Amino acid sequence: MADDKKYTTVSIPKPLYDKIKELIKDTGFTSVSDYVTYVLREIIASIEEEEKEEVFSKEEEEKIKARLRALGYID
Amino acid sequence: MVAKPHGGRLVRLVSSEKTKERILSEQNEYPRMEVPEDIAVDLENIAWGVYSPLRGPHNSEELSSILDTMRLPDDTPWTIPILLPKFEGDFSEGDAVLLTHKGRIVARITVEEIYDFDRKEIAQKVFRTTDPKHPGVKRLFERPGIYVSGDILLIEELPNPFANYTLKPHETRVLFKEKGWKTIVGFQTRNVPHLGHEYVQKSALTFVDGLLISPVLGKKKPGDYRDEVILKAYQTLFEHYYPKNTAVLSFLRYPMRYAGPREAVHHAIMRKNLGCTHFAVGRDHAGVGNYYRPYDAHEIFNEFPDLGITPLFFREFFYCKKCGGIVNEKICPHGEEHRVRFSGTKIREMIRRGEKPPEFFLRSEVFDVVKSFENPFVEVEE
Repeated sequence: MADDKKYTTVSIPKPLYDKIKELIKDTGFTSVSDYVTYVLREIIASIEEEEKEEVFSKEEEEKIKARLRALGYID
Repeated sequence: MVAKPHGGRLVRLVSSEKTKERILSEQNEYPRMEVPEDIAVDLENIAWGVYSPLRGPHNSEELSSILDTMRLPDDTPWTIPILLPKFEGDFSEGDAVLLTHKGRIVARITVEEIYDFDRKEIAQKVFRTTDPKHPGVKRLFERPGIYVSGDILLIEELPNPFANYTLKPHETRVLFKEKGWKTIVGFQTRNVPHLGHEYVQKSALTFVDGLLISPVLGKKKPGDYRDEVILKAYQTLFEHYYPKNTAVLSFLRYPMRYAGPREAVHHAIMRKNLGCTHFAVGRDHAGVGNYYRPYDAHEIFNEFPDLGITPLFFREFFYCKKCGGIVNEKICPHGEEHRVRFSGTKIREMIRRGEKPPEFFLRSEVFDVVKSFENPFVEVEE
């Protein structure tokens, strides 16, 4: 059977939960879950950023450079 | 390093010559559906990776997720649904269908799902209104509420008079690398640059290596600048007022939705796919009428710590006679009586009357370019 739940539960230590609850008072975050989701997304994005840059094949890159040169975008 | 493509991979769904020939030779075996120009442009953008990671118009699960969470089901930020209404044609799920515009085959879609969706819900969540006077809502309501999803393959591009100035994501990425730019700010526009634009661009350029001016090619209203005027005006501005090798221009063919904040995020995603690391977001970005508050398009970015492109927020710039320069409300202490607001409409009216706008509005060289065109403005809706 397909798992169509949109949310799941993870456990964090209670003192940490209390600390976050206190921290997010008077911020735009409406719950500890919101805050934790935000922080985790930020961390995952920064890890993904560090992954290797996409590369083109040498031949394809040369073709693109030739076109850019012909169009005057590069010297 | 330029920005990683959105979702991790740059999509390319463009047929090889061989495949194209084969599909064209078998074209009578496929059902067909004619699509309007804006949808044909969306298909091109999917195929060339401007909308990466999309591989085709959204299915019902993706649409629900975008409407409710502004994310794809895998949690990737995505704010604007890319929809293919079922305009006509006798086909069903599993079929391969040729999508045509003005009778020309643009793409092939392998139909994954055909589904109904409440257009009022789409309008309310995307445009924050169901007012049929809103141009995006109007277009949505004029079309069927049955949608088709599935992977596409681009067969042939639409004619583009500015093809040589419309670089694809794989081209801009190589361009930035060749220029040695690691950080690039994207700037979207539909106008000839006035001093307010120049100030925003140069403020942004202070913090990054390069600037991508990214004018949108699309439907025009009477009174809008012609695209060739925008191109020449920027070429002139670069020549006279930008250090060499700091700015490039490449058009982006894209149908505006005028969805305000949600669309501002989409604009940033497209520029990320072009390789930009930063994106300039102005006042009432992608807005129309009074549907959005002036800085809604700034606030929405708080929802996306994982967007992968850094928004640079700009407030309204104006000329202050007392400061003697271009400033904004954060840095100018003087009253309204000293301030002259940049108004594209006002500048256009002056040009129409043959008057030269003041130097603090429009550079002389740019004015000369505009003036050199017999008619720099669109006369009828295109």
